[in-house]
Amino acid sequence: MTHKFTPAGTGGLVLQEKLLWEKGRKGREGMSLVKSDVPPASLPADICGSGPDWPDLSEQEVARHYTRLSSWNFGVDTGMYPLGSCTMKYNPKINETMAALPGFSGAHPLLPASACQGSMRLIYELESYLAEIVGLKAASLQPAAGAHGELCGMLMIAAWHRHNEKSGAPRKTKVLIPDTAHGTNPATATMSGFTEVKVPLGPKGYIELAQIDKLMQDDVAGLMVTNPNTLGLFEQELADIIALIHQRGGLVYADGANLNAVMGYADLGRMGVDVVHYNLHKTMSTPHGGGGPGSGPVAVSETLIPFLPGPRVVKNGDKYEWQTDLPLSIGRLHGFHGQFGVAVKAYSYILSMGQNLKKASALAVLNANYIKEKLKGAFDLPFDQPCMHECVFTDAKQRAAKVSTLDIAKRLIDLGYHPPTVYFPLVVHSAIMIEPTETESKEDLDAFIAAMLEVAREAGEEPEKLHAAPTLTKARRMDETTAARKPVLTGDMMTGESK
Amino acid sequence: MRYLPHTQADIDEMLAAVGLNNLDELFEQIPENSRRIRPLNLPEAMTEWELTAHMQELAAAGGGDWQVFAHAGSQPHHIPAIVPYLASRSEFLTSYTPYQPEISQGTLQAIFEFQTLISRLVGLDVTNASMYDGSTAMAEATLMAMRITKRRRVAVSALVHPHWRQVLSTYLAPLADVELITLPAGPDGRTDFSGLCGEPAVLVMQSPNFLGVIEDLEAASQKIKSLGGLLAAGFSEPFALGLIKSPGELGADIVFGEAQSLGLAQAFGGPTLGLLSCKTEFVRQIPGRLVGRSKDVDGKDGFVLTLATREQHIRRSRAVSNICSNAGHCALTCSIFMAAIGGSGFRQTAQVNLDLAAYLRSGLEKLGFRRIGSAPVFNEFAMHAPNNFEAVHERLKSQKILAGLSLNMWKNDIPGFNPEGVWLFGVTETSGKARIDALLREIEKGA
Repeated sequence: MTHKFTPAGTGGLVLQEKLLWEKGRKGREGMSLVKSDVPPASLPADICGSGPDWPDLSEQEVARHYTRLSSWNFGVDTGMYPLGSCTMKYNPKINETMAALPGFSGAHPLLPASACQGSMRLIYELESYLAEIVGLKAASLQPAAGAHGELCGMLMIAAWHRHNEKSGAPRKTKVLIPDTAHGTNPATATMSGFTEVKVPLGPKGYIELAQIDKLMQDDVAGLMVTNPNTLGLFEQELADIIALIHQRGGLVYADGANLNAVMGYADLGRMGVDVVHYNLHKTMSTPHGGGGPGSGPVAVSETLIPFLPGPRVVKNGDKYEWQTDLPLSIGRLHGFHGQFGVAVKAYSYILSMGQNLKKASALAVLNANYIKEKLKGAFDLPFDQPCMHECVFTDAKQRAAKVSTLDIAKRLIDLGYHPPTVYFPLVVHSAIMIEPTETESKEDLDAFIAAMLEVAREAGEEPEKLHAAPTLTKARRMDETTAARKPVLTGDMMTGESK
Repeated sequence: MRYLPHTQADIDEMLAAVGLNNLDELFEQIPENSRRIRPLNLPEAMTEWELTAHMQELAAAGGGDWQVFAHAGSQPHHIPAIVPYLASRSEFLTSYTPYQPEISQGTLQAIFEFQTLISRLVGLDVTNASMYDGSTAMAEATLMAMRITKRRRVAVSALVHPHWRQVLSTYLAPLADVELITLPAGPDGRTDFSGLCGEPAVLVMQSPNFLGVIEDLEAASQKIKSLGGLLAAGFSEPFALGLIKSPGELGADIVFGEAQSLGLAQAFGGPTLGLLSCKTEFVRQIPGRLVGRSKDVDGKDGFVLTLATREQHIRRSRAVSNICSNAGHCALTCSIFMAAIGGSGFRQTAQVNLDLAAYLRSGLEKLGFRRIGSAPVFNEFAMHAPNNFEAVHERLKSQKILAGLSLNMWKNDIPGFNPEGVWLFGVTETSGKARIDALLREIEKGA
């Protein structure tokens, strides 16, 4: 690359802001309050309390408070956010407008079906699109987030086995989970009543039939597998592995965290997957919101349809109805119908994209391979083969200069980038996991690549710059040890001045 | 396509850089037996204008234009314009979980403030950064109590929202040796926990309960403590806590709740906001994200995610839960609402809710409806309706008015309570005297 490196980040004015309860004064109003126009009622004195001790602020005080807070944040709209496994793609604005249409946003969840046909149609159609995109038979929008979708999938698998045990099938207590899995997979297995059997990674970065053959015993319920896996590689033997698991009475749950790589290219139905979860807040472009709300629908094979959570929306002629008579269903997983408002955004995205979903996957994979090619000279690449939508490097080439993955990540912040995912997957020592997504343009990728090369240069020539980073942010590196050792989790646990 | 920036020239240059001829070659690593053969069977891509027209058509039949005089876990409250306006700032909306504290101080401080405001609301020490909704918060509260007490017996009130109890059953189904007992409803619309015995891990209560009745949590607390268990108490209408004692004050060890009332749209039931709070001594068993205060290398105050060793990405199969993404943006939205309404405004608005509910209830009594017991209620209540009411209810549907919810929908779900002919009514500050009077006149007209 010949062009001169230009950092995307510079210093800017960072305004201070107090904590909420250090502002305002009793008696101020931050919104219009309704006055009672009926006779006053009262409750028995012994049950009355004094109400929460919240501050009273004016509307402008509220506006400034949250505007200042927002200025300390970095979002996808601020800059490139190549956080591996999180699919931080652009969040289309029209989707927000659609979800806010009063017809949807004002709907009570227990309206009679005749009153909410439009909302029910949206659920029905989105479920059918989600099933179609992965090549499975049916879907449910009830799970509220990715981990909740995982739980849903594993509860269905557990329920299917319990059902079969009634007719003499052996009791299943274990589940196979590859070393590369997200932490949620083993945690979900535990919540579903299973213990984890670890599947070691083969030398080329994926799981192997021979290993599964050894591990798939009578007491094993099946396999939880992320594909493409967390190294960004497509599992090469998975279809054969699934056939073997089915033959031995097991089922397969696929973690859909990485579906953005394979829309229109892989067919989970052909592969034999029994259940997969989606992260609508990854693959289907709904915003992450600083930690949710997500939405984690599941799609299933024929085998698991009767076990889906209920009630379900069904179509009868041109009417949509709630189906509640579901004797094998795992039951409810959500107070109402899942994250409907998120579903509206995902539905809007799918209708906006159509066949372009396949192109989105192609460009996501192209972007990741382009970065991999351009950076593999400067950073250690543990698995040098074509990747899917993300690529995994390490800090091995920088270690001699005592520069770590953490230093590289923090230095990128000063240069104007959100860091990649770091220290994951665990099977790679000090991993740097980059997922650019399809919505970054070639110029933006080139600028990011230039920033990474600049960091590599600095690691050799001025490592102190990396150790000190970041320097341009509201806060610099935080003392996380003391935070955990002496937790201060509310304003009322604070000692001294600003309680 | 406006979300895909690549021109053909970009694609060609990038393919050349990675040594390929076309995009499909990127997928040659997918084995033949895993490849998609059929094209995606999806509708043609729509323009923004076509999409808007289509969505407006669906939304017109979405249900949002109905006047609903019932809650059952979903309440219409006024949401001032400032709440969605500030919450939609993309620095908040388009960021991830705040793993990199240096560029996430906005989200982190907002969550710290949320944890503080909710802890003050529920009367406990610690609140996490949120759960998916009230039902899942209750399930996690129960699992948490089982870990703390190392007991496997769970007692839940029959007057907890039936859907929430169903979610609890779903969560407990695969776990070995768990005993789930449902304590029946008593004649006054409060939980009868006199039969509670043995060694329960937890007593799970909702107040105001599913019938809108304010429970005697103090007595519940004494009862469960005498058996060595914990009290997990929850609510689906936080506005009640503007007037009544908090569950923490009354002895709850863990509090769960649904905070949709605090500035979130009803949105056909989601996304909403699950609350989970506990006493400090249980903090290492609480699931979900926690934000703590700390200092940076220059000694400046700031905030970080903390106590992560409880969580799935560190502890894996031994984590307290698998939860990661929660309802962060809903927590932010509710924080902005709490800041805007203020402590004084919250109490004043709660009083308006109480007044209007009492007004509707006495109006219905004059029309032949009967109360269930004499226990106090907040902004929601159940009543026996006169015989012709079902027909009136049906007639009002043609005016897009839902005049209460028939509890027959849950006829086998509430042990100790016969829901036949019983209807659930609810109002909020949005109802106003004029709308309530109009409703009463319609009911008086009959079928």
